[in-house]
Amino acid sequence: MFILIVGAGRVGSAVAKRALDAGHEVSVLDADPLSHERLDKDQMVSWEDAGGRFTVGAALEVDGLIEAGIERADVFLAATSGDNTNLVIAQLAQRRFKVPRVVVRVADPARAAWYAEQGLHTICPTQHAIDEAERVVLAR
Amino acid sequence: MTERSADQMYVIIAGAGKVGWNLARELIAKDREVTLIESDHRRFRVVAEELEHCVQYGDATELWVLERAGIQRADLVIAVTGDDEDNILICQVAKEKYGCGRIVARVNNPRNLAHFKTLGVQPAVSATDLILRLIEHEVPEYGLIQLLALEEEHLEIIELEVGEGSEVADRRVSEVILPEGSLIISILREGHGFVPRADSVIRAGDQVLMILDPGLESSITPRFAPSGSEISAGR
Repeated sequence: MFILIVGAGRVGSAVAKRALDAGHEVSVLDADPLSHERLDKDQMVSWEDAGGRFTVGAALEVDGLIEAGIERADVFLAATSGDNTNLVIAQLAQRRFKVPRVVVRVADPARAAWYAEQGLHTICPTQHAIDEAERVVLAR
Repeated sequence: MTERSADQMYVIIAGAGKVGWNLARELIAKDREVTLIESDHRRFRVVAEELEHCVQYGDATELWVLERAGIQRADLVIAVTGDDEDNILICQVAKEKYGCGRIVARVNNPRNLAHFKTLGVQPAVSATDLILRLIEHEVPEYGLIQLLALEEEHLEIIELEVGEGSEVADRRVSEVILPEGSLIISILREGHGFVPRADSVIRAGDQVLMILDPGLESSITPRFAPSGSEISAGR
């Protein structure tokens, strides 16, 4: 599969490395050139030498998304630090570029739930933390 | 809470920057019920000194903030924050989750305009675009001014100046051959406008207002170009 990940933070870079290890084609887009270091961290060879792609660009700039390969992506993961950016680019990936599988990280549980109802595959770390904390705190 | 009449319009404005604050002021002066939402606390305090209870502190992209402002009964939601993502999502949620009938979004970066359209956020207003149109209005060589684009209806209204010796000059409206999907709706002459009849004569120097399907401009403008101009010569 060809996987495009926007946002090379902790989540984005970790998923990117695992996807590459699993033999997929992986392209990462981030506005900050320094974020590339997360992709190289604890690796034997550099991200590019391992076969990964990295593009510097703002998430909302169509040119950057196209350069990063959105037009032929099978999977799109929106994992920037901003909920609003993630929700906008995920919907663009879905509606404009017709990416078959779109996954979006949303920190706000209320909107994660509503956009999930609208057909986006949302992942809400906050909701996971709430559920887990509740389970542990209320354990007998 | 003051009692409001059933026909009074309730407007929520997200973003108390220059645009949002002034909009709120104008609408309040016109007796509209307005709630302005601002996420920067310092800015909120400054604006609240003037607008008092009409401004609320919070991030308007969060559902509970919109609900606290009474989005369920809003007739119009205007998103004019400095962030295009925020403006898109505020309007999208207002329209699709809360069924708000009318939305207006501000486009900060004109390159994002297409994103507003893709996600169904219309109308989207770009200040840069408006200023560009004003510049075109001031530069007569441009010839054509787009006055209004009705995106949803696939129609636009344009203004054209009738060039000296052009194809349409000194002709009756009924004699002017225009592509299907276009119609002359008004003629402005010496500062006065009138709705022309079939036998009204179009003169050089008139401003002609037309309504048309988008995309027909290029087949219409040559007919209004002055004789000997580049456009008509290249035809």
